[in-house]
Amino acid sequence: MKDNLFLQSEFTYDSKYRKHPAVEELLDLVMYRDLIQQLIRRDIIARYKRSTLGILWTMLQPLGMMAVMAIVFSALFHQVEGYVVYLLSGLVAWTFFAQTTTAAITHIVWGGTLLKRIYIPMTSFSISSIGTGLINLVLSLIPLLLIMLAAGRPITWAFLFIPIPILLLATFALGVSLILSTLAVYFPDIKEMYQIIVQAWMYLTPIVYPESILPDSYRFWLLYLNPMYYLIKMFRVTIYDGKLPSVETMLVGTLISLVTLAIGWIYFSKKADEFAYLA
Amino acid sequence: MKPVIILENVVVRYRKPDERFGTFKEYVIQFVRRNVRYREFTALNQINLQVHEGEILGVVGRNGAGKSTLLKVISRVLIPVEGRVRIRGRVSPLLELGAGFHPELTGRENIFLNGALLGHSRREIRERLDEIVEFAELGAFIDSPLRTYSTGMIARLGFSIATTWKPDILILDEILAVGDENFRQKCGVRMNKFKDEGTTILLVSHTASNIESMCTRAVWLDHGEIKADGSTSEVIALYRNSSQN
Repeated sequence: MKDNLFLQSEFTYDSKYRKHPAVEELLDLVMYRDLIQQLIRRDIIARYKRSTLGILWTMLQPLGMMAVMAIVFSALFHQVEGYVVYLLSGLVAWTFFAQTTTAAITHIVWGGTLLKRIYIPMTSFSISSIGTGLINLVLSLIPLLLIMLAAGRPITWAFLFIPIPILLLATFALGVSLILSTLAVYFPDIKEMYQIIVQAWMYLTPIVYPESILPDSYRFWLLYLNPMYYLIKMFRVTIYDGKLPSVETMLVGTLISLVTLAIGWIYFSKKADEFAYLA
Repeated sequence: MKPVIILENVVVRYRKPDERFGTFKEYVIQFVRRNVRYREFTALNQINLQVHEGEILGVVGRNGAGKSTLLKVISRVLIPVEGRVRIRGRVSPLLELGAGFHPELTGRENIFLNGALLGHSRREIRERLDEIVEFAELGAFIDSPLRTYSTGMIARLGFSIATTWKPDILILDEILAVGDENFRQKCGVRMNKFKDEGTTILLVSHTASNIESMCTRAVWLDHGEIKADGSTSEVIALYRNSSQN
């Protein structure tokens, strides 16, 4: 018995004495922190390498799409003052959410072949998707600021508060990514299904249209039960209204983000042991 | 000699749905109808194995005997449903051709990506960068995107990255045919160096001659169980006899 205890401490891996999967995953992730950086680098480099404009696309792409939407919808919602900025402030946040969650699914599928051969903390795929998304999001704030200047919207000190909504949105997106990528391991068609859902979800959230056009009967379902409503609202209040979000919005947003991340992290790491079994 | 791998009563059982549910929709429909039935498949059954430091262990067995599953258990990829696995030191499996590479990145960028996937820090990789490039014989190609490489070049780069750090336990799964004769000789030299420095090597193959020439000890796996464990010549003889019948 004594001999056993002595031996145990010398082993680097013992399948019998494992920590809670959620804790183990976190500790391993710290050891593999350079991997996350490399995965982000790979995404950024691979995406822009063969284009002449390179990283500029990060700014041009949302700009182009937003221009189209702004032209189409501004005639419809001319009662909204500074509609372009109203639209953009919500759209940058939504684009980040949709892109990162979709990328997380793609990455876990890519990683699948590796995961059967070598040990990797698997949350690194979702986390690096968020990292890449954050770079894109921050870069898309530059054209947004330019548009605000051009449209004559005042840029206030509240803009400096923007890291907080970004952080909360990233936390929420990570939680959702982890849940989705777990499902994607079991069901390859999750990606197709999710793309439809995310599209519908966008139009159900007040992004292209003002909140005020929603009839009272829909408000409860589309606003108060929609986590993205609070997170988008933080962006909008900070950028479009140039004010700090209310304490209430902040609290709800923080709560939603943290709970989603906790659920996603625990669910993912508990299921992660099974991934390699799904050959 | 210290044991570096200890498996005790290890059982790996795959639980697969009777029909493969390709899609989520199908699964939900079948689940609601309570139609999901599972079939169990035991890939490893009560495996007991101890491997000591510096041993070169060959694993033989037919296709589907559980060889790859055994390696997955040892490299921490698969957690057994029963039993206990203990490992001392760093396990380094040699990845199959091009796994973990990105075609658009240059060779240099891929070294950093692949090294990070194997758990090395950026600093560790930077220290070994020149050595990796030199061993892989890539020369000026190192700054070209990987999609311009030949299969041989990719194989050399992969091998070079995986073996530049001396692993405590090296896992070779049927991949010794890397590159041309000259490069294969270099690989052999590197393997022998590892062996002399005390690396434990696990070599899996269904061709017995590979095992015979390299290993000091062999294990014969059949239907997820260890049929024989002992000196290479004995085990190989038993394995050969059984395949003739």
